[in-house]
Amino acid sequence: MALTKLNNKAVANVTSIPVALGDMVLVSSATASSSASIEFSLGNYKEYQFYFVNIHPSVNEASLGINFSTDGGSNYNVTKTTTFFQAYHFENGSATALQYSGSADLAQSTADQRIISGIDDDNDSSASGTLTLYNPSSATYVKHFISLCNTVYPEVPNLCVQQYCAGYGNTVSAINAVRFQMSSGNIDAGTILMYGIN
Amino acid sequence: MALLYHNNNSISNITSFAQVPAGDMKLLSTATASSSASISFNSTYINSDFKLYKFEWVNTAPSTGADMTVNFSTDNGSNYNVTKTTTLFTTTHYTNDSFTELGYNTGRDLAQSTAELQLQGNIGTQSDMGVSGNLYLFNPSSNTYVKHFLSRNNLAHQTYTTTWFVAGYCNTSTAVNSVRFKYTAGTVNVGTFKLYGIGAN
Repeated sequence: MALTKLNNKAVANVTSIPVALGDMVLVSSATASSSASIEFSLGNYKEYQFYFVNIHPSVNEASLGINFSTDGGSNYNVTKTTTFFQAYHFENGSATALQYSGSADLAQSTADQRIISGIDDDNDSSASGTLTLYNPSSATYVKHFISLCNTVYPEVPNLCVQQYCAGYGNTVSAINAVRFQMSSGNIDAGTILMYGIN
Repeated sequence: MALLYHNNNSISNITSFAQVPAGDMKLLSTATASSSASISFNSTYINSDFKLYKFEWVNTAPSTGADMTVNFSTDNGSNYNVTKTTTLFTTTHYTNDSFTELGYNTGRDLAQSTAELQLQGNIGTQSDMGVSGNLYLFNPSSNTYVKHFLSRNNLAHQTYTTTWFVAGYCNTSTAVNSVRFKYTAGTVNVGTFKLYGIGAN
């Protein structure tokens, strides 16, 4: 067996090791508490994976939106073109649909992109899901992203809604910050995890 | 700085490190089916240790033609009967290119039902076919919120392939602490099931 050398001399000082630790690294997490927004600074990972856990709005039917910054968070106004579709099902089984949502997509717009469209504000309601952002530090390519979320939509009775959004930040400038915020009110509660993947 | 003691005495034997970030997506358990009545993961793994859990299944197939299902338990597996509302849409493509489809599937979703939730349908027993996919379960230990889940999986059938997109929520604010996968008939003849924890609490 070949000798494995650690990257520094003392075991007590080891901060990284040549042992497989998994290539998906928790970079940051934030737990909302009546937060106006949640922002993350990005580095040079090839891919970022976000997880949304029990996002709860302060205002009924508010949507969670995302936007990107190329100037470290001074401005969140990257031009985006996106698609958005969803499947829904009423809790009483009265109706279902699989549909493109023309009101939730963007065409070369700098506005926030809805990734969870409509969240019920009942105490036990929320929305959860994932979003992947690809190669945001590229100085060559546009920046693709794909999200999949599930929400309790406020109707009587409630709807279960599965929502897909995908698109790209139409810029070759590096994206170095991401912001999540509600379409109205604040992020009452919920956790967002950000992983880096190389 | 305090001295850190590792879990064994020789550097060559070190298998885990104290206070070193450990990837944060942790493989908690692996189960390999072999004519198994079901595959379940209980509160040993599904608890408040992680913010979400990811299940992966690789090349699973039943012993007889059947549908693959999942259900959830709030009493550590004594009963799998949590109320669920779900959505399901599918894509299909025949191997001879004669047919394609994208559509909502109204026959296999659930509306406030405690029944088994179908994750994939009409799975055959051919040894080189079967199903692979995943399911995310968010914050099952919550005593406040319903429990969201998202699944995507693909079936290789003798004459077609189909992808199922299943999502929904367990409509309970009681903690979910066990998850069971099974088939509507026969056994889980083959397949590997993995459970990962994401976002340590």
